[in-house]
Amino acid sequence: MPESTKLTAADFSEFRRAIVIGASSGIGEALARDLAKAGSRVALVARRKNELDRIAKRIRETGTGEAYVHVHDVAHFAEVPELFDKIVEELGGLDMIVYAAGLMPEIAEGEYDFAKDKAMVDVNLLGAMAWLNPAAAFFEAQRRGTIAGISSIAGERGRRGNPAYCTTKAALSTYLESLRNRLARYGVNVVTVKPGFVDTAMTKGKKGLFWLISAEQAATATLDLIRKGTGAAGFVPHRWALVAWVVRHIPSFVFRRLNF
Amino acid sequence: MSTALRTVLPRRVLDGFGRAGNVSCRHVAPRSIEELARVVESASREGMTVGFRGSGRSYGDASLNGRGVVVDTTALGRMLNWDPVNGIVDAEPGLTIEGLWRRTIEDGYWPAVVPGTMFPTLAGCVSMNIHGKNNFKVGPFGDHVLEIDLLKASGEIITCSRTKNPEIFHAAIGGFGLLGAVTRVRLKLKKVESGMLRVNAFYAKNLDHMFDIFEERLGDSDYLVGWVDSFASGDATGRGEVHQAHYLHEGEDPEGRASLHVERQGLPPTIMGFPRAHLWRFMRPFCNDPGWQFVSALKSFMAMLSDGKSYLQSHVAFAFLLDYVPNWRLAYGPTGFIQYQIFVPHETARETMKAILKLQQDRGLPNYLSVLKRHRPDPFLMTHALDGWSMAMDFRVTESNHEKLWKLTEEMSELIVGAGGKFYFAKDAVLRPRDVERAYETEKVDRFFALKKELDPNGLFETELARRIFGSRLDATATGTQKTESDARPYREKSDAPPSSEPIETRSTA
Ligand SMILES: Cc1cc2nc3c(=O)[nH]c(=O)nc-3n(C[C@H](O)[C@H](O)[C@H](O)COP(=O)(O)OP(=O)(O)OC[C@H]3O[C@@H](n4cnc5c(N)ncnc54)[C@H](O)[C@@H]3O)c2cc1C
Ligand SMILES: NC(=O)c1ccc[n+]([C@@H]2O[C@H](COP(=O)([O-])OP(=O)(O)OC[C@H]3O[C@@H](n4cnc5c(N)ncnc54)[C@H](OP(=O)(O)O)[C@@H]3O)[C@@H](O)[C@H]2O)c1
Repeated sequence: MPESTKLTAADFSEFRRAIVIGASSGIGEALARDLAKAGSRVALVARRKNELDRIAKRIRETGTGEAYVHVHDVAHFAEVPELFDKIVEELGGLDMIVYAAGLMPEIAEGEYDFAKDKAMVDVNLLGAMAWLNPAAAFFEAQRRGTIAGISSIAGERGRRGNPAYCTTKAALSTYLESLRNRLARYGVNVVTVKPGFVDTAMTKGKKGLFWLISAEQAATATLDLIRKGTGAAGFVPHRWALVAWVVRHIPSFVFRRLNF
Repeated sequence: MSTALRTVLPRRVLDGFGRAGNVSCRHVAPRSIEELARVVESASREGMTVGFRGSGRSYGDASLNGRGVVVDTTALGRMLNWDPVNGIVDAEPGLTIEGLWRRTIEDGYWPAVVPGTMFPTLAGCVSMNIHGKNNFKVGPFGDHVLEIDLLKASGEIITCSRTKNPEIFHAAIGGFGLLGAVTRVRLKLKKVESGMLRVNAFYAKNLDHMFDIFEERLGDSDYLVGWVDSFASGDATGRGEVHQAHYLHEGEDPEGRASLHVERQGLPPTIMGFPRAHLWRFMRPFCNDPGWQFVSALKSFMAMLSDGKSYLQSHVAFAFLLDYVPNWRLAYGPTGFIQYQIFVPHETARETMKAILKLQQDRGLPNYLSVLKRHRPDPFLMTHALDGWSMAMDFRVTESNHEKLWKLTEEMSELIVGAGGKFYFAKDAVLRPRDVERAYETEKVDRFFALKKELDPNGLFETELARRIFGSRLDATATGTQKTESDARPYREKSDAPPSSEPIETRSTA
């Protein structure tokens, strides 16, 4: 992937106060750490307290930025409004929110499991709406702010491997696009991030991965996309755009014969 | 699953009419008074403040509340009773002035006091104690209110009138929604014999001339209003046009009572061939200093030509001129505008207003619309009216003039306070506690907050306006409610610092 510059102090004023949902591992963790490194005050949200505490501790040790830990399950939608208010107060305002929480359980050949599907809808999609709605209202009123959602290339096409995962990511991408079109006129930057394969807990042990990048690389590319400031959807790394283009154009009668 | 308001209420980004500030609020529009009472009770239990909102026609932050719930009473818009013999109406709080006149005019009744637009609700008019172009003659809206029901923080509804709870009556009218929810209004309307008014136009060559015209006609006018071209300078400072109007009496309307028909009061769908709905787009390119100077000069010229003209005009056309151009506020562009209305005692009015117009020109920030009115004192505790004159002024807000404009308003406020003047919070977006404390008698503000303590002991009822202009006065009453971060785009500062984390007093320096 292209070598990109790290976040500088000049950018950081735009991201002084940030919330990262799904900050306890993988891409979310790497993003939170990058932001803190540049001096941001970051609220870390996820379920695993020990992981969040570990990350917060590391952030404090490096001496820049600040971390605040909030244990929360995004599927508990009713908790969100109050927690959102609390975090905004704690950070003294808000400049950015990143939704990185995601779930991709293994779906075996021949398996149809509503419980798994519903869990993905809850975490990948409804949780995003629960969090990004109040953030969108906040940023619209403030006439400034950044919303970034980690979607996936998986949303480009309905693949046979994991119907619900593809569905939630397609829906998330569309939701973010709508938010972008809703908020652009108010100076709010809404970014859809579509990673290819990233080496995280989510992909551990999975077969058929290629062009694998580290969570840190994904985070850096994500920040690059955000810093363009134009409101955009982008593949991470960019070469996946080509794959996406090809995949989107495979005719259905061919696509259904593929194992991709 | 919790049903706490905090959890279930949707967010709405709300603005004031001037669009210069936006706040993300929890929003609810109850469909019955009982539901309203339940919302207030839940908010109180959850430690969230409640701010009321009518049609949101106040220019600034009077009906916004980012730190709690906004209870919108526009869905409570029923007329409960209409007595066409005596012209007395009982209505829910959200009935609009438009909803009212449409149903009373054919019986020969018109609201005695109306604002410059027909969209405000009765509760909004009560809470701001609005004035019309006839304030010098008939007093404010409150003078025509016979009775109101007020829902206190405890959930109890009390009836207030000149005889029942008179102290609360005189404080809740013009009480900015801070004492409780207005849940019913009983209003006495004005008997009219025609749907038309006789209107006379006069050209004023400068501000002294305009004051002279007003003074000469004060005794024999039902309405008087002046438009001032704030771009004119030197000897022409304050030039403009005065409109005087009279009710028509039996026999004076050539059509007789036919003009009382609702359809006769409608606004035309086009103005000079332009569809009204799109007129604001046409105004947009003129909404800058040179553009508006041109428009103003043209308007002055037309006023000169129509000096002495006399014509008949419907009540609606005369009263709600600003409604002619729907969405005209959009012409100011995305950063909106502020209105700033000053009230100056009679003795110092001429000189003060000249100084105000000059100051704006010196600072390079002439306002785009100034309207002059004559007022008289009234018995309401927090009234803005006095024996004197008011000038309402619209200033365009841009990213680049923001700071300068706020400085200018501070300078103007100093002048007004020095001249013994007052302000009007329905039109305000800029005042600070220090202006308000000096402009309003301390003893009266004390009494207002003593009443608030009595009716709302935990400081449940709050708005962005209240926090901005009363600052520590509110904190002194508010003990029980939990404060959460406001989502406000503050009126007084640049975008960065969070509004509520700083003391209100120091915001101007941010
Ligand atoms: C074009 C235009 C022209 C105008 N001309 C005039 C004029 O000539 N004279 C004049 O005096 N004003 C004028 N106004 C101002 C307007 O009349 C007032 O701001 C009025 O209060 C608006 O009513 P609303 O229903 O929109 O109330 P909002 O603006 O929504 O609310 C006004 C206040 O009432 C309170 N409130 C609303 N409902 C309730 C309730 N049920 N219980 C308790 N409190 C409540 C709110 O908390 C707030 O403090 C004008 C406004 C516009 C936009
Ligand atoms: N890895 C890839 O190849 C890849 C490719 C494209 C897109 N993505 C997307 O990237 C995002 C981050 O994934 P990742 O690869 O970094 O995987 P990861 O390491 O498994 O991270 C997932 C994050 O989501 C959080 N999360 C999951 N369920 C949650 C819940 N119910 N409540 C709160 N937080 C929850 C997890 O925190 P807790 O478990 O502590 O709650 C964790 O912080 C996901 O949206 C994923 O879909 C990943």
